[in-house]
Formats: sequence, structure tokens, C-alpha cells
Amino acid sequence: GVLERSREQLLRQTCEAVLLGVLHPRTAVSLVLQVLSDAGSLLSCCLNAACMALLDAGLPLAALFCGVTCALQPDGAILLDPTARQEQEARAILTFAIASSDRRVLMATTKGSCSVEEMQQCLAAAQRAASTIFQFYRDSVRRRYSKC
Amino acid sequence: LSICSRTVEPLEYYRRFLKENCRPDGRELGEFRTTTVNIGKCLCSITTADGSALVKLGNTTVICGVKAELAAPAVDSANKGYIVPNVELPSLCAERFRSGPPGEEAQAASQFIADVIENSQMIVKEDLCIANGKLAWVLYCDIICLDYDGNLLDASVFALLAALKNVQLPLVTISEETGLSEVNLKQKNPLIIRKHPVATSFAIFDDTLLIVDPTAEEEDLATGTVTIVTDEEGRLCSVHKPGGSPLTGAKLQDCITRAITRHKEVKKLIDKVIKSITPK
Repeated sequence: GVLERSREQLLRQTCEAVLLGVLHPRTAVSLVLQVLSDAGSLLSCCLNAACMALLDAGLPLAALFCGVTCALQPDGAILLDPTARQEQEARAILTFAIASSDRRVLMATTKGSCSVEEMQQCLAAAQRAASTIFQFYRDSVRRRYSKC
Repeated sequence: LSICSRTVEPLEYYRRFLKENCRPDGRELGEFRTTTVNIGKCLCSITTADGSALVKLGNTTVICGVKAELAAPAVDSANKGYIVPNVELPSLCAERFRSGPPGEEAQAASQFIADVIENSQMIVKEDLCIANGKLAWVLYCDIICLDYDGNLLDASVFALLAALKNVQLPLVTISEETGLSEVNLKQKNPLIIRKHPVATSFAIFDDTLLIVDPTAEEEDLATGTVTIVTDEEGRLCSVHKPGGSPLTGAKLQDCITRAITRHKEVKKLIDKVIKSITPK
């Protein structure tokens, strides 16, 4: 449906921004994401999966990216990586794709409304959390290549 | 002096203008194209719609027609009506669109409009309920692009807002004896619009420059786009950045500031046009 089409557009344009396509002319890179289970923060999970798959494929990337979901709770508290229940109760959900090179925003999408200050606070929290996710990437790749 | 052709090297041609902080059509980087809006049956010429509006943003022309129909509410939300937006990009609006099932751009735009309606709460679905569990209004909002010259999302959101402000819903009562609905076409009430979201789109050039209200040519040359939707209280209803060049938080803040200024301009325009068509 239209929701999947919209998600595909977000993912495709994020990957296109980091993939060095000029090094592979006349080539199509096909990225297929299959949702096995959805327990909240689905879009950022898709972003992380997409980035790690591109890494695993050995494609030339300008930077890595990770997805972070922030939920703004009714009392104003920021919750990162919310569960499905927390997403339902939140008054706004912001998803960002953060680039590894300089923590700049590659992709942003929001659900619900929030004030400008709240958005900036969520963005700052997401940029800080991105470091944890990139460390996870590093550890996973190290584990993968130390076995074989 | 090297000769730089617009058709042969479009990006170089554009860079020359951007260096002087302007664009080939004479606009500044933060300047919008001339915006005009026609609302209602007389000016907009959709006589069968309950509300209609035609918006022109430069050459980009978008028409929105709203039709209200009756339906039974969903079982899990018995006190809510429905709002069904649909954005169409027919093949007549630009060469790139072929006839057939809706392409990705049209579907993504439809989802964006649905999100804006939901996020901004411009229409509360509970207001569309007539009888709990039995009858509710369904608003079919059809947004059709007649001429595509960039910045579809801004024009669509504006056309939707203008058309919804024009909608007059007839009074519907459910008679006690028969249990059937009676539509009173003589008594009409305007739709309750709680918030007025306005979209502002930017194109990112060369990873650093942000230009407002891109034309189709500028969109093709850009390395990314950002759309910010704000309401009258300065709250963010949507930050839509579908990939593209990365931006710092500060650049995003600049976009938001410009979007808030744009909101005031658009609100003034809509109020002026609505005032001019309301019979005194």
C-alpha cells in the first residue's frame, strides 16, 4: 500500500545518499527488507538492517548510517527506541537516520506534532545514541570476520 | 570566458547563479514563487464537490476537491469518521508521469498528506461522527496536479487546507421512528478546522545550500529535499526529509525558521481569500 511505498522512498533515498553509485555504472543494487516481527521502532530497525546489509555486501559507501527512533511522552520525557506500546502512548514519534562521518541528519520523519525545542532535543539525543549503534556495527563486523 | 549552456551543463549553469545568491528565474534563495488560490464553486469550477480549491505556486498547479459521503464507522473506533486523501499525478502534468497505476511519487505524496492531516489534527475525526456506531462522514480529498513544476507537497497541503475550509456539511439527523438518516441540504455548517498546517519545501544543493520552493528543474539538480510542516502555534507537524544530503541540526533549524515565516504569509492569504468569497 501507500505506507510501504512511502517507507521504500525513505529507505531508497537514504541509501542512495551514502552509496557511491558512480563506482558501479550500469548496475542495479536491489535491497529487499522482510519484516519478521514488529515490536516498535520498525523504521529505524529497517535502516540499521539496510546499512549492515550494504556493509556485508562490500559496496563502497561514503558513510555509514543508523536509524534512531525517539518517542516524546505526554509528560515531555524523551524515550529512545520505544516499544510498540510506548509508541502508541507517545504524543510524537521522530525517526532520524544519522550519518557516521559527522553525525549529520540523513533522513528525518515525524509522527504527531511537537515543538521546535523538543525536536532539537530529540535530534541531539539521537546523535548521541548513534555512537552506541555504530559501536554495535563495529563489534558485529569484527565478530563476523574473526570467525572465518 | 567559458560559455555555459543551460541544457548541456545545467548544474554549472545553476552554480553560477547560486554563487551570486540568486536563481535563474530572478528569485532570491529564500523567496517563494507567486502563490494564488481560488476557492469555491464560482472560482474553482468544480460544481459537484462539497469543497474545492485551486492553488498555483508559480507554474505548479494543484486542484483539490473534497466530497463528503456517509458511512458506518469502523467497529474499533465507533465515534470517528474518515478522511481519505489521494494525490494524483496524471500524465498530463509532466512528461515524466505515464498513465497507469499511481507511481511511487504519487503514493508517497498521498501518505505524506495523510500524515499531515493526522499529525496536525486539523480535522478531529470525532467531529465527523454523526451517530455513535451508526453513521459518520467520510471526506474524500482528491488532490490532482494539473501542471508539475516542482514543490508538489507545498501546493498540495495548501490546496487541501483551502478546500477543507470551503466544505459545507449538510445537517444529518437520524429519525427516531424509522432509524434512517435524513439529510437536510438547506441547513449547512462549515467543517470545523482546528489547525492550519502549512508546508514549506527546500532543495539541498551541493550538500550545503538550501533553496526554498524549488522548480522541477531545481529539484532534478538538487542532492536532497526537506519539507517542514508547521501550524499556527509554531509547532512542527512534520519534518520530512526523505534521504538526500545530510544536514546539521543548525541547518534544519534555519529551515524551520523560514517555514514559520512562510506560515504567516500563507495564513494571511487564505484568510483574505475566504473573506472575499463569504457572502456578507
